[in-house]
Amino acid sequence: MLRIENISKKFGQFELNDITFQVDKGDYFMVLGPSGAGKSIILEVISGLVKPDKGKVFIDDLDITNLAIGDRSVGLVFQDLAVFPHMSVFENIAFPLKRKGIKGSELKSRVSDLAEKFSISHLLKRSPVNLSGGELQRVALARTLALKPEILLLDEPLSSIDVQLKAGLKSLLRSINREGQTIIHVTHDYDEAISLGSQVAVVNSGRIVQTGTPVDVFRNPASEFVANFSGIKNFFKGSISDSSAHELRCFTVSGIKIWLYADDSKSEGYVCFPENSVSIALVNPQTSAINTYQGVIVEIFQQKHGFEVWVDIGIRVASLVTWESLERLNLKTGNEVWVSVKANAVQYISIS
Amino acid sequence: MPSKLSNNIKGYSQNFSWFRLVATLLGGLLLLFIISPILGMVLATPLKSIVSTAAESEVKESIWLTIWVAMAATLVFALLSIPLAYLLARYNFPLKRLVLGIIDLPVVIPHSAAGIALLGFMARDSFLGKTSSSLGFSFVGTPAGIALAMAFVSVPFLINYAREGFASVPERLEKAALNLGASPARVFFTISLPLAWKSIVSGLIMMFARGMSEFGAVIIVAYNPMITPVLIFERFGSFGLKYARPVSVIFIAVCLVVFILVRLIARKENKDA
Repeated sequence: MLRIENISKKFGQFELNDITFQVDKGDYFMVLGPSGAGKSIILEVISGLVKPDKGKVFIDDLDITNLAIGDRSVGLVFQDLAVFPHMSVFENIAFPLKRKGIKGSELKSRVSDLAEKFSISHLLKRSPVNLSGGELQRVALARTLALKPEILLLDEPLSSIDVQLKAGLKSLLRSINREGQTIIHVTHDYDEAISLGSQVAVVNSGRIVQTGTPVDVFRNPASEFVANFSGIKNFFKGSISDSSAHELRCFTVSGIKIWLYADDSKSEGYVCFPENSVSIALVNPQTSAINTYQGVIVEIFQQKHGFEVWVDIGIRVASLVTWESLERLNLKTGNEVWVSVKANAVQYISIS
Repeated sequence: MPSKLSNNIKGYSQNFSWFRLVATLLGGLLLLFIISPILGMVLATPLKSIVSTAAESEVKESIWLTIWVAMAATLVFALLSIPLAYLLARYNFPLKRLVLGIIDLPVVIPHSAAGIALLGFMARDSFLGKTSSSLGFSFVGTPAGIALAMAFVSVPFLINYAREGFASVPERLEKAALNLGASPARVFFTISLPLAWKSIVSGLIMMFARGMSEFGAVIIVAYNPMITPVLIFERFGSFGLKYARPVSVIFIAVCLVVFILVRLIARKENKDA
């Protein structure tokens, strides 16, 4: 378990302000925020590379705030990976083990076990200079996990990876987590936060704005910042169970079926669709939108542009309508209406 | 507008340009200025006199002395210079600019003046002189004194090359090594030093080269034993231009061979690394 209490750090113009959070053993903890929010500095404070001006860091109730960097049992994978260019892949992975006095045949077998786990056995003799981003990522992970750290810190681990390889690396990170490894993962990408995190902390201008499960944070944004950052009110957890003849997938949440396009055929995940993609009609509309539901208006809020109308169709769905439409259709709470969403507007984020 | 601009750039790089012609001619003159005196001296020196001079024990001894003292000075001062270069590359501290200025000082002061200053520093009545004579040796008129004079004027090259080398090593790699459990000393020896090695070797070569060719500071500290630059000066003063030439030619050849060898070794090491 990692606990951070009231960490503050001033860095020229930049300030980390009173950061407090707790990461339980086995959590996959996401720190989400725009670039320049101070996410990387949080990791550097935890790893000891940066001394905080104020506050404390605990691992299992042991105060590690002033402990030497190498004695903390905290492994950090840098955004640029920092694989040593003058050493072979083998030497990179052996680097932390040698310091522990491991040598000879034990060193060899430890390194080759790690290499096998991260599918880089064929690269051990190579210089890292010519490796791809995905391969370097695996080398950096193997090297950092060689010491079996209590906490694994990842700084934007997916930012330098090709789109095609992202899914593979995500499932690798998930399997590392599933083996019990506590992970703190910093990102600016809310897709990543949703698809990997069991807990999310949203950071903005050096402060933690909100923490909670992905569903809590994205469905009930605690501030305008989180709402704008996530930007999505129609956000549901469920699973894909079925597909149509023409590649549409059927996502089920609380018995409601939502049709959408996705690559996965059977998996758990989240769907989200923007409020402005949801249209409201008084009678069952014969539109091209495949997702059409009957429901009751439960709430109407005025927004900067138009109104936000919440309709209960078994789940609560938000729609953005103009002032003119609201008057023309005479929408009021308690009205029975039809809601439709195009399958193309629904985004799916897999978590399995 | 953009098309006109790109036309101009194209014209500048491919078509005839008076400026480029003039610059090329001026550059050629400069190269001639460097090559022709040396070439002239080599051509004006009969091969027979070169061979006979090379056989003189006085000449051979002075060349060996010059090479080994310059090498010893470089290696001993590397132990002091490389850690300093690392500090200068990695940390900011008060008066850092002053420290950098002090390091460059030997390059800008006259070397004869540096020699006078050094002589006072190592003379018998100085602290260094007293300490060394109580230990039974002296700096004045010995290879140790020559080494100090060579190092004084040549060590800025090593420090500056090594400092640039360390500065070009990404700090992230050092941080990663610390995070992986390495101590600061281990980080220095396994990460910083190997990655800055190329620049450090260039610095060592430059320092060695500058030390071998030093005359002004050395002649004041130690006329004897005679390093080759002093020997050349002595032959010129006593016997004239004609007698100074063969030694000069031989020493220039030795310098060239040594530097080519050292550079080849350094390049091979870098390839292996």
